[in-house]
Amino acid sequence: MSSLDSALIEVNQLDASYGDRQVLKDINLTVNKGEILVIMGGSGSGKSTLLKNMLGLMKPAAGEILINSMDINSVNKSELLKLRRTMGVAFQGGALLSSMSVGDNIKLPLRQHTDLDENTISIMTRLKLELMNLAGFEDLMPSELSGGMLKRAGLARAVIMDPKILFFDEPSAGLDPVTSVELDQLILELRKAMNMTIIVVTHELESAFTIADRIAVLFDGEVVITGTVDEIKNCTDERVINLINRSPRKVQIDGEKYLSRLTKGAK
Amino acid sequence: MSFDCSDHLHYKVLHLTGEVDLSNSTKVRRCLLDILDRGNSVIVDFSKLTYIDSSGMAILVEGLNTANKKELSLTIAAAVGAPLQVLELTRLNQVFTLVDSVTDIKE
Repeated sequence: MSSLDSALIEVNQLDASYGDRQVLKDINLTVNKGEILVIMGGSGSGKSTLLKNMLGLMKPAAGEILINSMDINSVNKSELLKLRRTMGVAFQGGALLSSMSVGDNIKLPLRQHTDLDENTISIMTRLKLELMNLAGFEDLMPSELSGGMLKRAGLARAVIMDPKILFFDEPSAGLDPVTSVELDQLILELRKAMNMTIIVVTHELESAFTIADRIAVLFDGEVVITGTVDEIKNCTDERVINLINRSPRKVQIDGEKYLSRLTKGAK
Repeated sequence: MSFDCSDHLHYKVLHLTGEVDLSNSTKVRRCLLDILDRGNSVIVDFSKLTYIDSSGMAILVEGLNTANKKELSLTIAAAVGAPLQVLELTRLNQVFTLVDSVTDIKE
């Protein structure tokens, strides 16, 4: 299997910026079918921005993103909609609508995009709730759930349409260790049973090493290395070693620039 | 995806071929509920099924529930590969009666 014919997502020479501030620089990344790719990096490294670009929620300043060989920033609306139906996204905080019960939140994509019988929709929803260890929670409101439960409910909604591609932003952040390990196992099972391609954004090393086929390490908006778990562990790049050893960054300060930032603001 | 029906003893056998997903599961549902409505026990033959999504699973769950209410049976035959993994992931392998092949059912 060559990486060319199995590539599901290709990010080519992607630049992204917020105003004048460039956040991603020349990102090149491939995600293969059925693969679990983890995007790892510290806070502010550009992980979430990369995710937003891959989802088409943000227009890149330069470069292209191909999903199924289609450039998501140049396809027409109906094609983009079709593409999006094959994608699921689990956002960091769950992103449930607060005015709807947990069950109605999870049913939303099915009611919006399918004409399935209400009976089928209910059973599908309960199957996903069971999968996420949330059986019996469907009638509760999101405000009645804990952070970990919200995250799992968000994941239930993300996979309700059995997406081919699942994007998962910070699965383990804010979860207790046991729940976090369970979620990792669930991600592996989803891939195995549903043959999903999964992109996980995380800064949790343990989680990344457990689930990843390959890891892309981001640092200050650039991909430092993309490789298997072993390749990352054996990487000699100081920034990667620091991330793995959880050492604080030692940034060399340019005195003149620092003074300028303090007096005139950052440019 | 296609499906067709045959007889085995007093059972109706629903053969599923290819992929059952959101785009076609409503048709399978109608057929399955129709068989049960006519008072037939059913064997769902997975031997040519390559993929089933959770809408397909939900339909089988509804079918099993309907069968139980009518004191009929719903058995899944020849689940292997991805469909079997979906059954295991959802733990429905502990809910349905699974047999290796349709001809394993003797009466």
